[in-house]
Amino acid sequence: MTPVPWLSAVVLVPLAGALLAGVVSAKRATVVGLCASLATFATCGGLLWRLWSQGPQTEPVGGWSAPLGIELYADGFSALMLAMVALVAIFVSLFSAGYFRGGGSRRTDRHEGFFWSLWLVVWASLNGIFVSGDLFNLYVCMELMGLGSVALIALAGPIALRAAMRYLLVTISGSLLYLLGVALVYGGWGRLDLVILGDVMEATWASEVALAMMTVGLVLKTALVPLHFWLPAAHANAPAPVSAVLSALVVKASFFILVRLWIDVFGVLDTERASMGLATLGAIAIFWGSIQALRQQRLKMLVAYSTVAQIGYLFVAFLPAATVAGAEVAWHGAAYFAIAHGCAKGAMFLSAGAIAARVGSDRFADLRAKGGKIAFPLFTFAVAGIGLMGLPPSGGYTAKWLLLTAAARAEQPLVAIVVTVGGLLAALYVFKVIYYAFAHRRVEPDEQPEASAEIPHVMNWAAFLLALVSVGLGLWSAVPVALLDVGLPFGAPLGVGLKP
Amino acid sequence: METELVYAATGIALTALGLYALIVRRHMIRRLLAVNIMGAGVFTLFVSLAADVPNGVDPVPQAMVLTGIVVAVSATALGLVLIRRIYASTGSTRLAEEASILDALEGEER
Repeated sequence: MTPVPWLSAVVLVPLAGALLAGVVSAKRATVVGLCASLATFATCGGLLWRLWSQGPQTEPVGGWSAPLGIELYADGFSALMLAMVALVAIFVSLFSAGYFRGGGSRRTDRHEGFFWSLWLVVWASLNGIFVSGDLFNLYVCMELMGLGSVALIALAGPIALRAAMRYLLVTISGSLLYLLGVALVYGGWGRLDLVILGDVMEATWASEVALAMMTVGLVLKTALVPLHFWLPAAHANAPAPVSAVLSALVVKASFFILVRLWIDVFGVLDTERASMGLATLGAIAIFWGSIQALRQQRLKMLVAYSTVAQIGYLFVAFLPAATVAGAEVAWHGAAYFAIAHGCAKGAMFLSAGAIAARVGSDRFADLRAKGGKIAFPLFTFAVAGIGLMGLPPSGGYTAKWLLLTAAARAEQPLVAIVVTVGGLLAALYVFKVIYYAFAHRRVEPDEQPEASAEIPHVMNWAAFLLALVSVGLGLWSAVPVALLDVGLPFGAPLGVGLKP
Repeated sequence: METELVYAATGIALTALGLYALIVRRHMIRRLLAVNIMGAGVFTLFVSLAADVPNGVDPVPQAMVLTGIVVAVSATALGLVLIRRIYASTGSTRLAEEASILDALEGEER
């Protein structure tokens, strides 16, 4: 019996689901979409089991090996991202089943069919990015993900069209800058394979320009301040499950590629000053994003600006990562932060979507009138907020603790201060939302926005269970960290004394 | 060798022009065209950089550029549909009332 080709399966299964959901009638699309989601989840589980038991995996697709064919590759870093995406995705799918069945107003059947196709395409391309072993395959998956995301945003109707258009321009130009870097690398070294390139790469002006171009392109797609201008409108105006997908998963994919390039391909380059620049922008992002979040009048805008702030942490980690003493812990911290934020932000946007569906609007002024009726999703929001603030025992706490350890090892007290103060700022804007659970007042009937009577329970529960996962990431962090160290993507395992 | 350099320089110039227009233009179709010109520049550079092999031409960059063109065509089609929808619902051909992407930094409050 030939072994199961898990690496291509994690891309092909959701892609097949997307095709099937696109051709069946809109009414059956939900069933097909849910089944495909479950199948993809199970396939990801299979790949994780293979990685766990046999170490890093390589697979030449169709028997054609590099450089002519496409070689897929997965190590612990890929595995952790795949696992996070699968977990968030399964709850997003469950939520969507309720959202398009009465939970979200004004949805038509046609939208529902489109949603499932596009969502499964985006999931397939996310998985494709995590298992890609070469630069060009990463480009193709990234474009597929970008186009799918643009169409998903546009599903929200006229209010989201401009945000979708701006996101389209951003995602194509970011990808083209990345492709420019790929052209320079191929022109200089004639290879695309990440591992081989890492061995032959030299520090020349060509490789420096290539890294600079790719970094700018990917930073634009990850929405680091000041290139975040497109994110809040796009993430806040998209349909609720789409907001969760964009904020929790899609921005992490470009960050994943960036880390891969910096460590695996351009490891020989002296990147100390560039790390300094990225970390400074990251620190600005934490403060600027948090302050903007506090100023918002709409719940989903607040959560979107919180993403701008939280992305800052991923880049602050670049500073200790540029030192010899702090590198391994800093990369571990950044990777853990990416998955902890993915789960917490996914739960947050899902609960915000449930609140907006119940109240009929996500303006804070309207929330005040309905405080008592949205107790469950507000509770979910608070639980997810624990992870965002980085309180123990959440996954966010473990991630921030790793970042603080890295800062201490690299002797960079400023990094530690930024990480700590950022947590306080997150607490401020999370409490601004929770306040509405206690501040409801009697309002005149004509003041009330039009609300749907009840929302399907599955929406509330999907959000709540995902919030529990984000807390569980802190309680059982030894397993994900051990998974992360399969194949040692960051050079060395996390030290024994540091294992959470 | 000189021929390739001419192509490479053209590619870089086109990319820079496209990026410039993307940042300063306000009309959405102009911005979409700017992205396409940027793409054309990157593709030209890609093909010219890889032409420098002993026995004829390296086919791998050609295949990659072909894939890139397919992606660019789909993205352009999607962009044009979005522009039509925006025009139908707002009557405007601009992404927002701000002058350029740089001014958009402050314009996201809605």
